[in-house]
Amino acid sequence: MKSELINALSRAEIDAIEAEITHLPDRKSAAIDALKIVQSQRGWISDDSLSAIAKLLNMSAAELDGIATFYNLIFRHPVGEQVILFCDSVSCWLMNGEKVCSKLQRTLGIQHGETTADGQYTLLPVTCLGDCDHAPAMMVGESLHHDLTVDNIEAIFK
Amino acid sequence: MTQSPLTRNIQGNGPTDILAYEASGGYLAARDNIGKADPADLLQLIKDSNLLGRGGAGFPTGMKWSFVPPADGNGHRYLVANADEMEPGTFKDRLIMENDPHQLIEGMLLSAYTLAADVGYIFIRAEYHLAIARIRSAISEAEQKCYLGDRILGSKYSFHLQVHISAGRYICGEETALLNSLEGKRATPRAKPPFPQVSGLWGRPTIVNNVETLCNIPHIVNHGANWFKSLGKGDNAGTKLFGASGRVKNPGCWELPMGTSIREILEVHAGGMQDGYMLKGFLPGGASTDFLTPDHLDLPMEYEAIQKAGSRMGTGLMVVLDDRACPVGMIANLEKFFARESCGFCTPCREGLPWVQGILDKIEAGHGQAADLEVLERQALFIGAIGNTHCAHAPGAMEPLVSGLKYFRSEFEQHIHDGRCPYAGES
Amino acid sequence: MPTIKVDNQKLVVKDGDNLLQALLSAGIDIPYFCWHPAMGSIGACRQCAVVQYAGEDDTRGRIVMSCMTAVTDQARFSVATQSADQFRKSVIENLMLNHPHDCPVCEEGGECHLQDMTVMSGHSVRHYEGKKTTYRNQYLGPFIGHEMNRCITCYRCVRYYQDHAGGHDLNAFGSRDRVFFGRVESGLLESEFAGNLVEVCPTGVFTDKTFSKHYTRKWDLQSSPTICQGCSLGCNTYTSERYGQLRRVQNRYHHQVNGYFLCDRGRFGAQFVNAESRIRQAGIRNSQGLYDATELKTAIGIARSIISNASTIKGIGSPRASLESNQALRELVGQNNYSNGMTEVEQAMLQKIIDVLRSPIPTPSMMQTEQCDAVLVLGEDVTNFAPRLALSLRQATQNRAKTLALGVHIPLWHDAAVREIGQSDRSPLVIVTPTEDRLDEVASHVLRLAPDNIALLGDEICHAIKDEDNGTASDNVSSVAREIAGLLKQATKPLIVAGTSLQHPGILQAALNIAITLNQQNISAGFFACASESNSLGVAMLDNQHSISDIMAEQPETLVVLENDLQRRLGDRFDASLAGIKHLIVLDHLDNPTVSVSTLVLPAATFAEAEGTYVNNEGRAQRSFATFNPAGDITPSYELLDQLRSVKRHIDEIHHVIANSIPTLAGIVAAAPAASFRIEGAKIARMTHRASGRTAIDANISVHEPTPPMDDDSPLVYSMEGQHEQAPANLRAYSWAPGWNSNQSNHKFQQEVGGSERTGDPGILVLTGGGEIKTGDVTLTHRRLVPELHIFGSDELTNSAADLATLVTAPYLRMHGTTAQSLGVVQDDGVSFEVNKQRFSFAVIVDDSMPADSLAYPLIPATVVLTNLDDIQLSKAESWTKAPASGQRMITTDRSQ
Repeated sequence: MKSELINALSRAEIDAIEAEITHLPDRKSAAIDALKIVQSQRGWISDDSLSAIAKLLNMSAAELDGIATFYNLIFRHPVGEQVILFCDSVSCWLMNGEKVCSKLQRTLGIQHGETTADGQYTLLPVTCLGDCDHAPAMMVGESLHHDLTVDNIEAIFK
Repeated sequence: MTQSPLTRNIQGNGPTDILAYEASGGYLAARDNIGKADPADLLQLIKDSNLLGRGGAGFPTGMKWSFVPPADGNGHRYLVANADEMEPGTFKDRLIMENDPHQLIEGMLLSAYTLAADVGYIFIRAEYHLAIARIRSAISEAEQKCYLGDRILGSKYSFHLQVHISAGRYICGEETALLNSLEGKRATPRAKPPFPQVSGLWGRPTIVNNVETLCNIPHIVNHGANWFKSLGKGDNAGTKLFGASGRVKNPGCWELPMGTSIREILEVHAGGMQDGYMLKGFLPGGASTDFLTPDHLDLPMEYEAIQKAGSRMGTGLMVVLDDRACPVGMIANLEKFFARESCGFCTPCREGLPWVQGILDKIEAGHGQAADLEVLERQALFIGAIGNTHCAHAPGAMEPLVSGLKYFRSEFEQHIHDGRCPYAGES
Repeated sequence: MPTIKVDNQKLVVKDGDNLLQALLSAGIDIPYFCWHPAMGSIGACRQCAVVQYAGEDDTRGRIVMSCMTAVTDQARFSVATQSADQFRKSVIENLMLNHPHDCPVCEEGGECHLQDMTVMSGHSVRHYEGKKTTYRNQYLGPFIGHEMNRCITCYRCVRYYQDHAGGHDLNAFGSRDRVFFGRVESGLLESEFAGNLVEVCPTGVFTDKTFSKHYTRKWDLQSSPTICQGCSLGCNTYTSERYGQLRRVQNRYHHQVNGYFLCDRGRFGAQFVNAESRIRQAGIRNSQGLYDATELKTAIGIARSIISNASTIKGIGSPRASLESNQALRELVGQNNYSNGMTEVEQAMLQKIIDVLRSPIPTPSMMQTEQCDAVLVLGEDVTNFAPRLALSLRQATQNRAKTLALGVHIPLWHDAAVREIGQSDRSPLVIVTPTEDRLDEVASHVLRLAPDNIALLGDEICHAIKDEDNGTASDNVSSVAREIAGLLKQATKPLIVAGTSLQHPGILQAALNIAITLNQQNISAGFFACASESNSLGVAMLDNQHSISDIMAEQPETLVVLENDLQRRLGDRFDASLAGIKHLIVLDHLDNPTVSVSTLVLPAATFAEAEGTYVNNEGRAQRSFATFNPAGDITPSYELLDQLRSVKRHIDEIHHVIANSIPTLAGIVAAAPAASFRIEGAKIARMTHRASGRTAIDANISVHEPTPPMDDDSPLVYSMEGQHEQAPANLRAYSWAPGWNSNQSNHKFQQEVGGSERTGDPGILVLTGGGEIKTGDVTLTHRRLVPELHIFGSDELTNSAADLATLVTAPYLRMHGTTAQSLGVVQDDGVSFEVNKQRFSFAVIVDDSMPADSLAYPLIPATVVLTNLDDIQLSKAESWTKAPASGQRMITTDRSQ
């Protein structure tokens, strides 16, 4: 059984998930942590990954997918190298965020939920990034960009 | 004694490490109390301090804690820091976590000791990468110095603190949804009662507090309830992180006495409106609070006064609507957010919010009809009261809509009458 | 008992209830969706809102959900007030935003809870102009249809499927207004209780696919109260018909037996009534060995002359035939020439079960087992032998959570909170069986033992309860036995489950010994015995004198076999046993090996076409009524048998004959009203008052509406004319009440929500007290071959239900790795063996959870030859082709970690 798992999950992934489980009262409770661990390695959660994680956590794929599909930041479809989370909440909206985002969409040639043809970027809307004093804001991968304008947005992707 | 205890270490020169934190008097409360103080005395102190929860609801922290049953020795007891800061327009907890993470850790340690909790979680949103890194490093510093872990500071008391990174969902900020999420489940809120104090994380006694709330604890323990009460204006206790975003000259977040007037916050600290923009209204404390107008500028920012004015202080971070932004568009933006973040559990929220959003989008796009306002009002009545829905998400969503219809009704009517948004082209 | 005030009406309500239960129990209509009487409240749909007032002076009150509101003394509520009414309208209006207007083509239409609640709420005008959400549906197997667009997101399906039935492959996916209920991918729903989704879903998302194939509106169905024929538990069902075809089976609420749920064998297995292999005409074997279809009259005449000329005549009855038919056979052949159709072993075991049911040992009903706080299952694969019980035992494991909940004042209807505080802390369930059972996953202890070792462990547990050391068991066995004994002794209501599935008298005796010993120690331990067939207990009470072997040993010249395939009982001895019989007269529904060797076959009516009384495993005699009048020559067996001796009598007369001759069965007369029963001069209608009755189906023959067939046998009529919802529970033909067209109308007939029927729970417990029971010696069988039961496949009749048949497994032999190794075979190889000079080859399943000294084979038609064998000589099969893969339900959740 273990060998089958290792084909779908790496040793490092399994170890990281097992380490999370040690802090928890049961294996299932590690569901979200496990999804995040695997996603951090692979960018997204494929059906195969889902089944492998479910097995490791002693739950069914349906039980795990119910959790995976609930959360905004678990990707069940492939995403680009970097995910752009563009804030579409109220403070950014007030500071012209919509127009800046449209500009970004034109620049990259993608709409929300789409990935650039070169597989570099996936664009998603996100709830308030907590950077409202520098709105509009977005996150590219793990880096926060703020005080965005129609004029400066393009340069970030050059 | 500082008048801004929460931000005393935040001077824009990077995060406070454990040495700097200790040098500023940090962990003094922990050293003086862990294993020494009677938890019952600490609980009384927090009750006496009149500390109100800083997450938005303003519930008295001491009272919340007092509902935790006495330890039965049958398993874990949990303390959870709600660091899932996702309320649109709110950016206060990030400030503390990025710049003074030990303050949160010490606050949790003292709180956990008071509550006889042995395990703590910091539930933090995934986008706060910097805060996560700094908290993690602070936890390991604290562990090395025996402020966390087994037999803290040589006492018999043990407390293990972990960071849980959310998978992204506004509803996780609701404390029972947060608990389900911590358990690795879908973040659907739970029906209360039973309250988390009785059956929380994995069915065990649990307290969930906001980051800012917990950060107040060490200072209260150090300086006493009377000192804390003296910090606020009028009958209000302590300081509060206030802030403003939108078209103000100097958007930001400031620690000010509880009860500071809105005018002072907006005109002095935020520097007033940007040139060419006028103040039309504002949400006093995040997306789920009712609009207030320039008529309310002289109200003190404190829970009771804002409630009396028909809104809620919420997180205390104001979102400012200027005269060149469309109020209908702003409300449509808010409702889109609420509809998207509904967990999908109860009918009024799951079905009702998208309908409201659809109507607002239609009005904003110039396709509205007079009857749409009736539907909006009926839906607001249906969704808008606590108790009508499973949790406070949808009632919160109705606050800006109901108040928007009250203060900006003519704008709605103009959209419908003109068949277009009068602000189209403005920026 | 708190008193509450609802719209100025004072109600005395049950302590611990929620307001919704209290209102419904008081007969006050209030719409709801997510609450279910067997599953409690979660507060998701918000439909059952009422206004609660803070006190006498409060005039505004506040909206509360009645399902989430505890009833407290002096609390004041209003259902009717305008704000509550408007709120409930708004809930429906919002639920309807995305619900399609496809009622005319939806199978739920006419018995849709959503339709009923919409009408009840008064919402009728649509204001929403947006688009409706649509979804892609999934294939969920041969039983359940899926139409997600109709979903109102009440979460009942997942709560039932996961929380109540323990399924793992159905879930809620996504969030906000796009929640999808289904599987990860299309495929068979794994749970043996998936069929209940059809009734749990308040609208048409999950529908009965076997019904869809020949769909009829509820109001056009003709239905009757029936007893499930799938196993010995006697679940109550409604069986429905149109145009001579059985259309569907639904749950019929019984407070003590099946509650609100059935298993899938019961729900979908009854389609055997429509099988291709039905015997619809009498047949006589001609000189070429073929059957000539014969008019019934002629066949009866021939049979009469065979019988009158016979030097010896014997009769073999059947535990799957009604008491009435068995009695008719008994009278035809004479008491000394009658066997109830069971083997000696089974007869002896049933005698034990009868003894315990008459003894002071508590023998809880199936629903009462849900209250037990420690359960020991000795030797029964419950899920596959007495399936519905598995669902109840699952609930029993929740009692620990309920205790914890009550400890912190969480009311038991607060479902999510009870589960949260319980976590995985379950009441002890100990399963000791040779093969895997799906219940294992909720068990505290699982022991895989060979049948003899199960009996020995049982014996050891008994010693441990008495704190004796009998010195024979190993330390390991003793310590396990002590642990189990400890669990049983600590419990307040322990339960021992055993039965006949392994045909091992020693296991049954050991289980009995445990129950007796516990009771001797003043621990009120219950005993729940599972028997094999729908009337095993009844025929054992009727006449348990002669086994099949006794009858066969006398080499009768003429043998009459009633609804019994002897091959299933005699196995490899079948051919030899029947070889000397000159005239074999068989009465049955379906073609089978016994029918195939008969000289004369008579077309017997099934349960759906004939009245009959069946005694279930707890000794409850229940009457099943014919759903429809069978076409052509198909006739109830009791009538055929009476005709063979030229007698014509009413079925109620047979009840009296039985009652007069067998004192313990005297109660069957009162199991249901006699045919003369009337309410206000009228009989009970099998059809709804909305039945149109008029169709063009026979218009090519006559445009006149045909006269409905008469029913002289029962107090029911084949018509819409008669009493409907006034019918007592044991005669009610379908569940309906004004405004409640779906089966949610159940509560209209209950004393209180989820309680007994107002007219009394159907059936009569015929074995109550008067007996004594003593412990006995535990005997061993030394068998290596162990039958592995399958919910789909191990029951004789339901195998012929077309859709269910697709799920029957191919034959296999399951063995431990060491056994496989010694045979030189691996997984999916074949092994072959010879019986009666015939070679068989079965697939190998290597399963290290099996006891090393046992070989398990599936109990299915293809393996019937193994029935009586203790062992077989195996060799690796050469040039072997595996039987095609079947739709056997597999547990896809890997729990081997």
